[in-house]
Amino acid sequence: MIGATLVASAAAPRIVEAAPLPIPESEQKPGRPIPPSEYGMPSKFEASVLRRRTDVFVNRQNLSDWSMTPLQSQLGIVTPNGLFFERHHAGVADIDPKTHRLVIHGMVKQPLVYTMDDLMRYPSVSRFHFLECSGNTLADWLKVASTTVQQTHGLLSGAQWTGIPASWLVNEAGLQPGAKWVLFEGADGATHTRSIPLEKVLDDVMIVYGQNGEMLRPEQGYPLRVLIPGWEGNVSVKWLRRIKVSDQPWYFRSETARYTDPMPGGKWRIFSFEMECKSVITQPSGGMKLPGAGMYEIQGFAWSGRGRITVVDVSVDGGKNWQEATVEQPAMDKMLTRFRYRWNWNGNPTMIASRAMDSTGYVQPTVDDITKVRAITGFVQHHNGIFPWSVAANGEVKNAIA
Amino acid sequence: MRSRSIVAAVVIAVVAAACASAPRMSEKPPGPAAGFGKPISEADIATWNIDIRTSDGRGLPPGRGTVAQGKALYEVQCLTCHGVDAKGGSVYGPMVGGIGSFTTDRRVVTPGSMYPYAPILFDYIRRTMPMDKPQTMTNDEIYAVSAYLLHLNGLAPADAAMDAVTMPKVQMPNRDGFIADDRPDTRAVRCMQNCR
Repeated sequence: MIGATLVASAAAPRIVEAAPLPIPESEQKPGRPIPPSEYGMPSKFEASVLRRRTDVFVNRQNLSDWSMTPLQSQLGIVTPNGLFFERHHAGVADIDPKTHRLVIHGMVKQPLVYTMDDLMRYPSVSRFHFLECSGNTLADWLKVASTTVQQTHGLLSGAQWTGIPASWLVNEAGLQPGAKWVLFEGADGATHTRSIPLEKVLDDVMIVYGQNGEMLRPEQGYPLRVLIPGWEGNVSVKWLRRIKVSDQPWYFRSETARYTDPMPGGKWRIFSFEMECKSVITQPSGGMKLPGAGMYEIQGFAWSGRGRITVVDVSVDGGKNWQEATVEQPAMDKMLTRFRYRWNWNGNPTMIASRAMDSTGYVQPTVDDITKVRAITGFVQHHNGIFPWSVAANGEVKNAIA
Repeated sequence: MRSRSIVAAVVIAVVAAACASAPRMSEKPPGPAAGFGKPISEADIATWNIDIRTSDGRGLPPGRGTVAQGKALYEVQCLTCHGVDAKGGSVYGPMVGGIGSFTTDRRVVTPGSMYPYAPILFDYIRRTMPMDKPQTMTNDEIYAVSAYLLHLNGLAPADAAMDAVTMPKVQMPNRDGFIADDRPDTRAVRCMQNCR
């Protein structure tokens, strides 16, 4: 009777189940016993939710390559460790924490060396931060290249990081007068290295060994990495083995020939570290199909390397009119933030997009805004334009960037 | 009691001053009074101390290599991936050409067109190449391969030799091609109605 009342009072007519519900098999036998020990894995029915290399830009080797997070399947703001995107320059290093050492030297009063036991003896700090590759979305600004949001925006993930403030180690070694830049170097086959301004290091940079409640995965730098909140992913050097202090940047290949932005007049913008405020709709997104007109919750992510997300607007008419979405709490400093917007689709073809604003007042630009001030060519880095999806009358959702 | 309260007041004042001058640090707990690092000498770090300050070559080690030596090494160690005369091979694209392409809409990025400073070649080859066994080449070999690549890019003569003195002096075409981060460079507004 209760069920009948609910059906009668619902706004839309509902199809009545034609047959009595069967008793599920899972109720008629014991389940899987608990093994003596194991590392739990997702349901076999979620086997398609995988980190994937892109098939849009295919490298001819898979050592200096990347894999992308299935953002369309992520629930909440924390990316599971097995789905966190990867970008390596010489594959995944496999390092025994017992033999790993971190050195700090250069323009310091006393060079120091640390074992992992030394580092883990410090009081620890845990913080939530996103990481985004500077090349995220690089294939799609001039033409439609990708199908899914995993392919367009999947060089993006969020996690809770555990470690110690980098400033503690710097202060322990003691700075010499004139120190201004800090080198972080990995123990991988590329000894990947970047120059970072000392001011940032003393502000919020972390030396990290933990991610989402466990030790870093090998592909995230086990046993030690640096985490530079809000800045392009490749500066958060993995497999961290060395910190060196100097008065000038080094101008490595990784900060001149790569990760720089083509600008008008043949110029290149260098040390463009911050990942600017950006957002994307993940639900519905490219490759999905809406079953018909009606209510849908538009969902997505917004993030800013300069602070918190304060507002996200959504357009369901191709960018003509915008409505404020709900920003789900917590909306944390330099962390993935979720937004939600209830949309009653009338079944007509349209375009949907999101636009975020951060705590500095900066508003996510359109692709046209960016095209006016930069040279959009080649491997475009640091592009944070508004990204539209088209919805066809048959419900198919497609990349509508161009 | 009195001295303890004075100490407490001083601690509070110091913390308050730190917070006032750098509010973004307020969530960070103060470091422990005693650290756990062990002193180490620069001599004992020497094997790891491989960075070159590329703008002036500081850190370039002793050694020397010629274009001819580099060509011979390249053809054994590099050609499979990077191709004949560094024009691109089975795995990677060209490492020659591109100079003058940056004012077009097809910028070709190579060491010759892109690196502002020649010692980047030494730093990068030493830390990454050859990809299956990085950090195994001698300094002479790295200088030689660098000399060969500079020659192929038209930036060093066929009889050139590279060492810690000559390499920083190579004039790279993109030396002044970089500009500082001037973002935010867009000024989008939060238009809500009839935006386009």
